[in-house]
Amino acid sequence: MKLDSMYQEIILDHYRNPHHKGLRDEFGAEVHHINPTCGDEVTLRVHLTDPGSGQDAVVRDVSYESAGCSISQASASVMSDLVIGKTVAEALKVGDVFLELMQSKGEAEGDEEVLEDAVAFAGVSKFPARVKCALLSWMALKDATAQALAAGADVAQETKESGAQ
Amino acid sequence: MSSFDVELVRKDFPILERTVGDGQPLVYLDSAASSQKPRQVIDAMNAYYEHHHANVHRGVHTLAEEATAAYEGARDKVAAFINAPDRREVIFTKNSSEALNLVASVLGWAGEPYGLGRGDRVVITQMEHHSNIVPWQLTCQRSGAELAWLNLTDDGRLDLSNLDEVIDASTKVVSVVHVSNILGTINPLDAIVRRAHDVGAIVVVDASQSAPHLPLDVQRLGADFVAFTGHKMLGPTGIGVLWGRAELLSELPPFLGGGEMVGTVNMEGSTYAPIPHKYEAGTMPIAEAIGLGAAVDYLTALGMENVAAHERELVGYALERLGTVEGLRLVGPQTAEAHGAAISFTLEVEGLGEIHPHDVGQVLDEQGIAVRVGQHCARPVCVRYGIPATTRASFSVYTTKAEVDALVEGLEYVKRFFGA
Repeated sequence: MKLDSMYQEIILDHYRNPHHKGLRDEFGAEVHHINPTCGDEVTLRVHLTDPGSGQDAVVRDVSYESAGCSISQASASVMSDLVIGKTVAEALKVGDVFLELMQSKGEAEGDEEVLEDAVAFAGVSKFPARVKCALLSWMALKDATAQALAAGADVAQETKESGAQ
Repeated sequence: MSSFDVELVRKDFPILERTVGDGQPLVYLDSAASSQKPRQVIDAMNAYYEHHHANVHRGVHTLAEEATAAYEGARDKVAAFINAPDRREVIFTKNSSEALNLVASVLGWAGEPYGLGRGDRVVITQMEHHSNIVPWQLTCQRSGAELAWLNLTDDGRLDLSNLDEVIDASTKVVSVVHVSNILGTINPLDAIVRRAHDVGAIVVVDASQSAPHLPLDVQRLGADFVAFTGHKMLGPTGIGVLWGRAELLSELPPFLGGGEMVGTVNMEGSTYAPIPHKYEAGTMPIAEAIGLGAAVDYLTALGMENVAAHERELVGYALERLGTVEGLRLVGPQTAEAHGAAISFTLEVEGLGEIHPHDVGQVLDEQGIAVRVGQHCARPVCVRYGIPATTRASFSVYTTKAEVDALVEGLEYVKRFFGA
């Protein structure tokens, strides 16, 4: 197995010049996830437009600070590219497709229509020790959107209650 | 063997002949995680299973007698290897972790005078492997004892400047690593043992990374307990050793209950077997103990002084060669003085910053070079030095200077691979 199949040029590009990196002030939820096997860490913030609208809320921004290996860094960059501008439902669906690719043990090529640059990670699925690195920011995104939606639902509920008074 | 010939040694390790990836010769620099095994160890275990296997201490038939003699013979070999004054002081365990858990647990359970309780202090260090941190955290949580530790200096050594304050009059246990698995530091145990005994504390030494590399004499060490594991010292996995002073082991309560660790069992209660069997409940890893015995024979034949000299020379050479790699920063002692057979470092490439150890390890693997990357079960050390992880190269009896050269070339390739 050639290593080049894991370290695609696209991955190395995102690693060297990550997109959307840095924490920005507007956010609905912030999470901190770690990959204890190699010490990769990501602090990720997600900012939703109208979080009270649930799965239809739009991911307006994903900002993050991270430390770790090229795979985890590049994955965060590719992930933020992919999900910003999508609804939560769409973003999580892409995450599911990516998860499926990562669990394919090198058997799948990935749907480029859905995954865009993230298909470059297909080779990573052949390296079990590195799959967690690729999934770290996606897991953080899932967690953060769930928290942002829960907070949004609370706010929506409160607004409704105060409006009823 | 009076003169140490690494090429002859290598012939005893069948695995070193294999290739990895696209036919790359294996450069195995991960012996601190687990060493490879000489033919003599593999043969001893096979011979046991092919000709002598039965359960030990339980039968009167020929095989049971032979298996018992081989198992107890392994205990004798280990006792001689560490210069134990009494063979009963050698307790077989699963590994170092179990040995350390055994000590931590029974000291938590024991009453006066050894038992831990509120107002007592347990002292460890910031450079411990997790296996010498977590068992003491558990025991302290359960007993109400306080956990304190010696810190690290910037150059990867123990800070002993406040030794007398950390090991204070309330200290009942001091548990310290002999050689750091991540930094390679060889600790000055004399000063620590002296201070601990001055305040009446029990001293536990984690010798996992020293038993394979340095002459280990438990009497000269002066500790009360010493733990080490078989698979890092050319032996099999699944077998470790706890050495402890006979009077302590005899007085402390049992660890695991079960078959063979008992005297008389009544429904109302039981009495316990004398040591070492009191601490060896259930059917033990017999073949593994015999394998460890063969490993000890092998190391003894090489001569631990020769092993230590070979590795000292390798460490000196490696530090010098790694020093030529631009962007490489050693984590731990910068000189070969009191530096064991493990070297940790980080690697930076211009314009990109630090290359994560997982990436370093993966690209080295492509070249057939096996190193360990990550936190090495010593996260507090990484936190202390503000790094997420390290790359670690570690050596054993079969490691050559050519392999160190291969590592240096491999690291240059890693920098080219990731460099923009």
